[in-house]
Amino acid sequence: MITAFKPSKIAVAVLLALALAVVPSVGMAGDLLVYTALEDDEIPRYLALLKQSHPEINVKIVRDSTGIVTAKLLAEKDNPQADVVWGTAATSLMLCTQAGMVEPYAPKGLERVRPKMRDKAAVPAWVGIKAWMTGFCVNTVEAKALNLPVPTGFADLTNSLYKGHLTMSNPSSSGTGFLTVSAILQLMGEEKGWDYLDRLHENMAVYTHSGSKPCKLAGAGEYPIGISFAYRGFMQKQKGEPVLTVFPKEGSGWDVEANCLIKKAAVKPEARAFLDWAISEPVMKEYAKVYPVTAYATNVPIPEGFPADPEAQLIKNDFDWAAKNRARILAEWSRRYDAKSEPKSK
Amino acid sequence: MPSMQNDAAYLRLLDITKRFGAFTALDKLSFGADRGEFISILGPSGCGKTTLLRLIAGLETQSEGRVEIQGRDVSKLPVSARNVGIVFQSYALFPNLNARDNIAYGLVGRGLDKNRIRQRVDELLDLVGLRGMGRQFPAQLSGGQQQRVALARAMALSPDLLLLDEPLSALDAKVRVMLRGEIRQLQQRLGVTTIMVTHDQEEALTMADRILVINQGRLVQNGTPREIYDRPATPFVAAFIGAMNFIENAVKVENGCYRIGSHHLSISGENGSRNLASGAVATLAIRPEDVMIRVDELEMPNILASRVEQMEYRGANFRLRLNIGPNQRPLEAEVPAEKVRRLNISPSMPLAIQLPHDRLRVYASAKHRCNDGSLCENTL
Amino acid sequence: MPIVASTDAVLPPLPLWRALDHETWLRRLLILLLCLWMLVVMVLPIFELLSMSFQDASGRFVGLANFILYFSTPALSNSLTNSLFVAAATTATSVGLGFGFAYALTRTCLPAKGIFKGLAMMPLFAPTLLNGIALVYLFGRKGLITKGFFGAIPGIDIHLYGTVGIIIAEVLYTFPQAMLILSIALSLTDARLYEAAASLGAGRMRIFFTVTLPNIKYGLLSAVFVCFILSFTDFGAPKVVGGNTHILATDIYKQVIGQQNFVMGAVVSVVLLIPTAAAFLVDRIVQRRQTATIAARSVPLVPVPSRLRDGIFFGYCSLIAVAIVGFYLVALYASLVKVWPYDLTLGGWHYHFTGTGGGGYRAFFNSLRMSAWSAVCGTALTFASAYLIEKSTGMRLLRQAAYLLSMLPLALPGLVIGLAYIFFFNAPGWSVGGVSVPNPFNWVYGTMVILVMSNIVHFYTVGFLTATTALKQLDREFESVSAAMGVPFYRTFARVTVPICLPAILEIGMYYFVNAMATVSAVIFLYSADIPLASVAVANMDDAGDIAPACAMSMLIVAANLAVRIFYSLVTRGLRQRSQAWTAAA
Repeated sequence: MITAFKPSKIAVAVLLALALAVVPSVGMAGDLLVYTALEDDEIPRYLALLKQSHPEINVKIVRDSTGIVTAKLLAEKDNPQADVVWGTAATSLMLCTQAGMVEPYAPKGLERVRPKMRDKAAVPAWVGIKAWMTGFCVNTVEAKALNLPVPTGFADLTNSLYKGHLTMSNPSSSGTGFLTVSAILQLMGEEKGWDYLDRLHENMAVYTHSGSKPCKLAGAGEYPIGISFAYRGFMQKQKGEPVLTVFPKEGSGWDVEANCLIKKAAVKPEARAFLDWAISEPVMKEYAKVYPVTAYATNVPIPEGFPADPEAQLIKNDFDWAAKNRARILAEWSRRYDAKSEPKSK
Repeated sequence: MPSMQNDAAYLRLLDITKRFGAFTALDKLSFGADRGEFISILGPSGCGKTTLLRLIAGLETQSEGRVEIQGRDVSKLPVSARNVGIVFQSYALFPNLNARDNIAYGLVGRGLDKNRIRQRVDELLDLVGLRGMGRQFPAQLSGGQQQRVALARAMALSPDLLLLDEPLSALDAKVRVMLRGEIRQLQQRLGVTTIMVTHDQEEALTMADRILVINQGRLVQNGTPREIYDRPATPFVAAFIGAMNFIENAVKVENGCYRIGSHHLSISGENGSRNLASGAVATLAIRPEDVMIRVDELEMPNILASRVEQMEYRGANFRLRLNIGPNQRPLEAEVPAEKVRRLNISPSMPLAIQLPHDRLRVYASAKHRCNDGSLCENTL
Repeated sequence: MPIVASTDAVLPPLPLWRALDHETWLRRLLILLLCLWMLVVMVLPIFELLSMSFQDASGRFVGLANFILYFSTPALSNSLTNSLFVAAATTATSVGLGFGFAYALTRTCLPAKGIFKGLAMMPLFAPTLLNGIALVYLFGRKGLITKGFFGAIPGIDIHLYGTVGIIIAEVLYTFPQAMLILSIALSLTDARLYEAAASLGAGRMRIFFTVTLPNIKYGLLSAVFVCFILSFTDFGAPKVVGGNTHILATDIYKQVIGQQNFVMGAVVSVVLLIPTAAAFLVDRIVQRRQTATIAARSVPLVPVPSRLRDGIFFGYCSLIAVAIVGFYLVALYASLVKVWPYDLTLGGWHYHFTGTGGGGYRAFFNSLRMSAWSAVCGTALTFASAYLIEKSTGMRLLRQAAYLLSMLPLALPGLVIGLAYIFFFNAPGWSVGGVSVPNPFNWVYGTMVILVMSNIVHFYTVGFLTATTALKQLDREFESVSAAMGVPFYRTFARVTVPICLPAILEIGMYYFVNAMATVSAVIFLYSADIPLASVAVANMDDAGDIAPACAMSMLIVAANLAVRIFYSLVTRGLRQRSQAWTAAA
């Protein structure tokens, strides 16, 4: 009997071994769960600093695009998982605040933060770390091949030359997409703004789900010009992609990447320590290396390729207006542009 | 040896009824078996005989009635508590276990030590004549050998009852005949009370002490093989077991005397049909081998004139089809080949035949049917 | 009677507890538990999803208001038309191509049939996202074919993004399924029918329409429904190459993840569920009418060599095989290229997964772990349930209910399961008749358990049918024989049933593993913070535009699946050698 069943025994043994090997790793009690929409390639640099100054804090990072982080937070509203949110669009954190899932907290060094980059309340619901702004990513090789002039501002993009060569992200899912649409509406006024977007839509090849994808599509040459955000273009150029980042001459839309504390029955002390650290000077300097506008001024020189006065590049942005009108703007946007189902490239 | 006083009630089924939804598979069926008796349940397919066996085993639960083994009511006991051994039509041998392991299957896990089990398996292998074949897997055994392993396995736990469900139907004809004898011998040697389901009349006739004929869920006849063959209780039994000629529209003249056309036939051993009134219409029956060819003594009773319509050569015998008149179905007669040659019988030849009075059976004609539609004489 | 006497003395009587009919009760209990499990992991979540679609965001019942809104918003309702069109076009193409391939495998003297079949099955091991990604590298604006192999030959632009891309990717995805179903249908035939038709003077076309097609009609219908359901509900490929063509599956994702509109997500799910369930129902009803058209003693059809026919089919199959292999080779190549299409240096950069989202190797190992758990637990559960349902007697109603529930997952798209699980398992509790009941299953949310559970449910039916088929081949009386010997059913299950069915059990395990590795639809809603998954990483990296690392991660998934497939072949080969003793004729 026993000999007759060797192969099955082996198979069973292998299965058992597999089963034992795959016992799920159990998170440790001291872990801090951090949700963030910061870019994948910047997080490791910041965490290296955290490890130096706070070796006792063991963070677990969940990184996703702004829309997904927001969706996750809201989905888990009744049973929150995250301890803190780090570097996620302020407009999204306002939604969480409205949902009552944010515990206001004044981190150490709050007094240094620019007033327009934090929640107005004395004990703020959210505190910004840096601003990210609209930038056009232009593939210089492809643009040349297609005889496309490098656009200088929003006005250029509606030129029929660019038809089928533009991409931008869907404002419903992407923070970058939303700040761009909101900037256009604020710059031009609603009526003219929508009219502009209508014309832009004529040229648009595709609306992407995530805000960084237009830039990556430009880098890969799929579509030569992507309306994305500045940081992306610089990073891709470093990787060797022929990408030029253009700041629209009308000014860039922008949003604050901000932090907040999630309301839980027992807020971990590490959570507050993390939020203190997240606006401390060393990490702020690191933010400043790739983002020219930070929560407070550092003496880090402005990164190469940005305008000399990056703050002047930012439009006057009314966050309250944007947050208040977000749903309406998205509905209108969907109504106008989502229904067209065929790709414009045809 | 256990005492024999309760043997008459070794196995008893009382008013067993089994329904599947609206369909009644078994209808108020009762019978008993003596200790050591070999009973064969015979019937056409779909008559309910396998259901009956499964009911005795405890694999099905009856809708009404009860089952007793050795006077103990086992109606509610599951199969595992009834101590029965079963051999299925397919044998259901475990293909991944060799013959020894198959036989030992029920012995393991009962607190028997290994040596005792090995000894018992050896005994059983000897018993079925498979000594030395124990290491073979079922697929490596012939059909007959598989059948014997199944039998040994069923006997391993010394069951109170051995239940055989068409045990030979999967085998070819020669092996079947050989195993018939072997099973019967084995059964007699072990003295185990055995119930066998079969649709093969020859199997039932040669193996069983007693045959239960079942049709449409009812017990039609319960008797020894001879009784069943010689005195079939109904035309159904008569036709189902062996061949039978039916002669319709016989009119009763008086007890022991019937008229067909202008012929008078005398009949002995008339039993039930005695109650038939004179002038009533009946059906007479006679087996083909009982039809006698007469060339002399033509003045004897029960002689009919016939004409040879067709001859079928069957080796040892001829099957003759005889025309006995315009309003009658032809009679079949089984005649030894030697006699056909001697008498030089050939097609179209007129032939006198005799229907022996002690081999003729009388059944009520079609208009005297029982409620369930089957022909029967008992209601007369 | 020495033997009877001797054993009578030796055999101890059965213990009393065994004489009680406790086994029936145990079985009854197990089947009841099975039904309860199905209730919790399937029926209740789906019910929660359905009821969600009739509520507003704050949970008030609003009747059909959401659906009216849905159908009056062209941006949303257009997706239904798109999905139906894509599914119909895919089905027609896949079944057509699959029929040709299956015909070649079963009815011609094609050489190297095993190799052709193996190559045609490649797409079964890849996430559908990879089909999309490979298409981008082939037909995207910078694709190999669009640009004529980097300018070597004139390029062709097929305008990939949109319906065209989705249909190609879905055909690639559904082709092996159609091919497999039709191969089985075509191989089950009686050569005598063809001989009869030919002897009656029927021509080739006439034989095809009067014998071949009627013979495989059930297989053909099955292939149609399977392809339709798969392409109608797939999420991976349209996500990558959909462009601005919205379909239902991507809409659910967009509503839930992009816009946090759970209610509309539920509504779209229901819209997705209805045609799927309808196709499933029709298929079940049709298949039930199928009676054994093949007699037990039918003569298998052995194809006769024919140079012309075999040559044509060899060309046809080669074309398809090369196309399929080409797809994955291009993807492999692209995953190794530094910056497509500007710097074609080869190297492993994209396999480092640094500076990209998704979780890198942590995600990959999580996926391996999740797939192994799904395979082990799923197989045990699937086989045990199939056994209980198939090999028990009595309890007909309960068993029929369990059987029906076991067929249901076939009609449930992964996204629907995922969304339903969010609603059900993350709910803090329910108010039942004014009493608030805390959710006892809440703890599984965000854990490995819910991922494994969703996989088990998602891929349950195919494994269940495999197990049922294997069990049906066992003698129906094994259980009766064991019971008659007083052996409890679980011992026979372990000692006879499982060993005999081991090949089927391993097949089920492999099926679970491979699908759990590749699936993205259900788990994309359920993976949590500390459990990133490889397939979700592919989706997220593609989302972020990191196509090359996404491609690299897909390659890792394919490699893991092929490794498991090879391991499976080796084990089954060993098993087959062992079991030859059971099956060889004397």
